[in-house]
Amino acid sequence: MLDFIQQLVSGIALGCVYGLIALGFVLIYKATEVVNFAQGDLMMLGGFFAYTFISQLQFGYWSGFALAVLTMGLVGMLIERLLVRPILGYPQFAVVMATIGLGYFLRSAAGMIWGTDDLKIDTPFAAGVIRIGNLVLAHDKLSVIVATVLLCAVLYLFFNRTRLGTAMRATSENMLAAYYMGIPVKRVVSLIWAISAMVAACAGVLLAPITFIHSNVGLALGLKAFPAAVLGGFGSIPGALAGGVIIGVIETMAGFYLAAGWKDVAPYIVLLGVLLLRPQGLIGMVARKKV
Amino acid sequence: MQFIFKTNYDQDINLVQHRGQVWSYGLLLALLGVAPLLLGTYLQSQLVFVFIYAIVGVSLMILTGFTGQGSLGHAAFLAIGAYTTAYLQSKGVPFAGAGLVQLDLNLPWLGASKLWLPHLGYFVWAGVLTGIIGAIVGFPALRLHGIYLLIATISFAFIVEEILARWESVTNGNEGLRVRSLQAWGIEIPTNHVSFYYLCLAVLAVTILATLNLMRSPTGRAFIAIRDSETAAKSMGIDIAAYKVKSFAISAAITGLAGSLYAHKLSFISPEMFTLLLSIEFVMVIIIGGAIGLHGAVLGAAFIVMVDPLLTWVKDDVPQLVAGLASMLGAGARQAQALEQALGNIGSAAGLKGAIYGVIIMLFILFEPMGLYGRWLKIKLFFQLFPLYKRASFKRQKTYVKTERNR
Repeated sequence: MLDFIQQLVSGIALGCVYGLIALGFVLIYKATEVVNFAQGDLMMLGGFFAYTFISQLQFGYWSGFALAVLTMGLVGMLIERLLVRPILGYPQFAVVMATIGLGYFLRSAAGMIWGTDDLKIDTPFAAGVIRIGNLVLAHDKLSVIVATVLLCAVLYLFFNRTRLGTAMRATSENMLAAYYMGIPVKRVVSLIWAISAMVAACAGVLLAPITFIHSNVGLALGLKAFPAAVLGGFGSIPGALAGGVIIGVIETMAGFYLAAGWKDVAPYIVLLGVLLLRPQGLIGMVARKKV
Repeated sequence: MQFIFKTNYDQDINLVQHRGQVWSYGLLLALLGVAPLLLGTYLQSQLVFVFIYAIVGVSLMILTGFTGQGSLGHAAFLAIGAYTTAYLQSKGVPFAGAGLVQLDLNLPWLGASKLWLPHLGYFVWAGVLTGIIGAIVGFPALRLHGIYLLIATISFAFIVEEILARWESVTNGNEGLRVRSLQAWGIEIPTNHVSFYYLCLAVLAVTILATLNLMRSPTGRAFIAIRDSETAAKSMGIDIAAYKVKSFAISAAITGLAGSLYAHKLSFISPEMFTLLLSIEFVMVIIIGGAIGLHGAVLGAAFIVMVDPLLTWVKDDVPQLVAGLASMLGAGARQAQALEQALGNIGSAAGLKGAIYGVIIMLFILFEPMGLYGRWLKIKLFFQLFPLYKRASFKRQKTYVKTERNR
């Protein structure tokens, strides 16, 4: 039983990581209907920036963290301006391919700039553990869980309670109509990319003690975050978190209880099953079009 | 400019629209026919890769370009074709030719069982088996749109990759399988022999002809109708589910055939060859070529395969060339050498290929969404209408994002 709980907790921690990346997908999708396949690579880039600020330039953890997040916000805006704005409204497949190309580019560029070794950031949560009875919880994993839940709550409130959040939802529903209503569509889209890149940067920094920073870390984690986002319905912020946790727990449990090999495919099998039964995801928001 | 005066409804669906096409495609075929006599072994082998990629490109064109269903899982179909080839060949089945084969299958859920299978050679089986699996994949795809479909195909490809790595009695796991040279009707066709080149060319030509015929049949018309508007297609009485499954099955089957040739070309296959990156490369083929016609598949395949030798050339020769140019323009010997060194360092940096791939994809989608074939059409129109060409003829209509959540 203790094993089970221990696995459950580490599954939830892993799931929160997927949830954080999935959150990035969901934000961009909610505002622009673009699926950003480079989200994992933005996370990787955020981790590298944090490494530069914290370990190389010695800014200290928290200010380095903040600087990395702000830098990634700028990078997000830049990507939106140069790559996404000209192709908004293209067929979705073309947009997806463009972000895949962006991912390729970011991975290689990061590999060339920061090298291909595993990098590490010294964090305040590195070694500490909390013991509850026989249960051992590492601080770095707890920090991921807490940060994810906080970010999700803030973003959820932002989207549902503020004027800007409503404007973003309107933009995704129908861009032209939003424009007619006086919403500054270009600025909204630019802002949402900045926010999404900043969330990715947070994920990258929080992950750094767990997975290390490596130019390929984004690809692997990003691909796992897709099932999470799909399970959550791809348009819902709490859904992304829930989907991430489900995928994380499934993966950890499969790794612990099933034969080798199941760990990597279990999330995808579950995903295919869910898509078969409920194509709109667990928390779906697909409505029938009335002609 | 040439105007085709139509006097008969058949002229709309004829394979050749006018006499000029017979001449131009005939010339192309003749050129490809004599190419191995003129080219070295390296370029000949690259051309074989172009043919194989073009076959996959045609199959993706049917699915993505004509039916409008994206797929990032075609590497898995290629893998199934390739492994069928390797496995059946190890059981003594020839490439083509009728016979009977005994398979000792050790399926995880049935236990050891013997299966007698009639066959027409493993080339046919690679296509049939992959087609069946493609249809099975097509079923969940029926209810999925856009991004969900892409993610479902990615998941499928991951699962296939893992099965290939784990089902060791058939696939030999991560150690991979060796593929011996091709045998049909007692004739041996070694991979680097010129006859293999002609075989691949023939398969490509037949595939293209078959696809052209398919696209002018009711099935093909239904595919295009589904791409343009599912609602409209449904209201015209098209069974969308059946046609989507058909499209998946046909596309997968063609990819399976290509997989068989691919296995022979590489003569060694292992699971890590058939990753998501290969699927992305296949999609690049049709994006770069232009997803508006079969020409695009072939042009894109040529581009993707030739990027590699081009990069090698850039890496090896360009630094010297630039340094020579610099010293000609008056730079000192030391500066020229430093320049050569710096460029050489950039050229040999690890991961340069990935960066260039990424930039190529982004540039094509940003500036030439209709791909190389679209560019060719523009150039052709420029000369046909000279001097009256208007840039606006190909201007994209401005489109705005509308949610896809209401379907």
